[in-house]
Amino acid sequence: MKENKKISRRDMLRMAGRGAAGVSLLAVGGLAFWKKQKPEYVWQIDPYKCVSCGNCASYCVLEESAVKCVHAFEMCGYCDLCTGFFEPEPRKLDTGAENQLCPAGAIERKFVEEPYFEYNINESLCIGCAKCVKGCTAFGNGSLFLQIRHDRCLNCNECFIAMACPARAIRRVSSNKPYILKGAS
Amino acid sequence: MLLCGLFVSAFASAAERFPPPDFVETEYEIPSVDYVRQAGPRPEWMGYLDVAVLAITLCLASYFVLKLRSRKAVFWLMIFSLLYFGFWRKGCVCSIGSVQNVSLAIFQSSFSVPFIVLIFFLLPLVFTLFFGRAFCAGVCPLGAIQDFVMLRPIKIPYWLAAVLGLFPVLYLGAGVLCAATGSGFIICRYDPFITFFRMSGSIQVIIFSLSLLLICVFVGRAYCRFICPYSVLLRWFSRLSWKRITITPDDCIKCRLCEDACPFGAIEKPTVEWPKENYLKSKNVLAGLVILLPVLVVLGGFICSRLSISWSRFNADVRLAERIYMEDSGQVPDVSNPSRAFRATGLSTQALYNDAEKIRTQFRLGTWLVGGLLGFCIGTKLIGLSIHLKHEDYKPDRGKCISCGRCYKYCPREHLRLKKLHEN
Repeated sequence: MKENKKISRRDMLRMAGRGAAGVSLLAVGGLAFWKKQKPEYVWQIDPYKCVSCGNCASYCVLEESAVKCVHAFEMCGYCDLCTGFFEPEPRKLDTGAENQLCPAGAIERKFVEEPYFEYNINESLCIGCAKCVKGCTAFGNGSLFLQIRHDRCLNCNECFIAMACPARAIRRVSSNKPYILKGAS
Repeated sequence: MLLCGLFVSAFASAAERFPPPDFVETEYEIPSVDYVRQAGPRPEWMGYLDVAVLAITLCLASYFVLKLRSRKAVFWLMIFSLLYFGFWRKGCVCSIGSVQNVSLAIFQSSFSVPFIVLIFFLLPLVFTLFFGRAFCAGVCPLGAIQDFVMLRPIKIPYWLAAVLGLFPVLYLGAGVLCAATGSGFIICRYDPFITFFRMSGSIQVIIFSLSLLLICVFVGRAYCRFICPYSVLLRWFSRLSWKRITITPDDCIKCRLCEDACPFGAIEKPTVEWPKENYLKSKNVLAGLVILLPVLVVLGGFICSRLSISWSRFNADVRLAERIYMEDSGQVPDVSNPSRAFRATGLSTQALYNDAEKIRTQFRLGTWLVGGLLGFCIGTKLIGLSIHLKHEDYKPDRGKCISCGRCYKYCPREHLRLKKLHEN
């Protein structure tokens, strides 16, 4: 023992502890890395669960919500009196601008042929408030719905709109299929 | 006709109230909803850039602290990290939160931890194991923002700092438990400084962040010392570190000049010679404390397990199940939004109760473990206080020291070293 006096007992214990800490780090890292084969996850709104409460517009940590309205044209009825575009209970039932629903003016209405109109979402204006979604789902075909846009979403660990969602419609989905689209084949 | 259809269909349950039209007059083609998919996520190289910056800043921080011995260099590195990880990357991804991703991936079968997040979890710990907590001083943006506002640091009594220092253990336990049960990432939810990085947040969070920042003016790095859950791991690893920061570049001359240098109370004074007659008494105290340790572990577990019901409410399923139960048993008159949405789905209440019960069981086990860990920490702290380890120099406490390098300039030996360096 006397010859090995160079290493004190305290250092010896510390070395052992260091080794143990290193091994435990390796173990945790290895375990987590081994599970890495599974795909990564991103947040998404299930449009079939969404109750269009409007929380998406205000609870996202981004100044301009990562949630935008999406239009499944295949499901759209191309109605003249679109309840996603106009107030469901207007004072006078006509196509006047005062009857339009979208607070940001993000829905563009384009005449196709008698009596059909195409409705396009201008995404740079859309704030994800779900007013049009509510109107369309209540009285129309439900072709308008909300989606988290992954070019904007920060993929926070704790999604603040998911926490605020009353319908628990926001969940983590595999990043291989990052969108839950209505009307898509 | 359309109007008529509108009113009829308002009460119809089918989704396709108005069949998609056949366009006959024009060549109109119905666009596909697939246009959404074109917008992909942010490029992956940005994540790897973060990892590279983390690795470089960690290397630099360790070099500045151990070799260069320059507070100024550490300070500028800290500013860089605050700008890059804080204001540019908006506080995400961070090592503190990564603890939760790792525990989620380990305990929940369907989740994995992204490679970048795993590196953010491991790399600072590895560096701490080798070079001490240079991560806290130079790389962590949350530490940097507190360092920045520390204008009038006051001294916290030792006992108070020791008691407050137990909170991070509890917080880490709660954070890991909530992540492991898939209930949420509470460390991210209550991140106090991300409001500054993002320049947004709800009014409650902004008030909380501002008041914590105000405390940090007087209490140096209050978040790091008394809240940060990652600091628990860093403290453990730093105690075992291979190299570490020293106040003096060579020999301590016990001039006492550095005694009050540390705003975080991390400098240990040399131990005084123990009176011989106390020896037997303190041996008995130590024996008593060693026996007390398992008692403290069990007691801590028991007390903490009383919290399992309230902690389980971090889980949305448990909250919903409790609410629905209260509504069904007539304890509350109205119906909440979440329960209305749940009832609209037509899922069975019993299945929800079963899920909630499963999560509560997990929380019961988890709170026992967290409480046990807390009891263990209290016990080992008491044992540590009763053991008399002899050391003759002024030196930083291995666990508490965050390697900021403020104490260098207090040491006359350091001034001598710099002078020699200058002459050469």
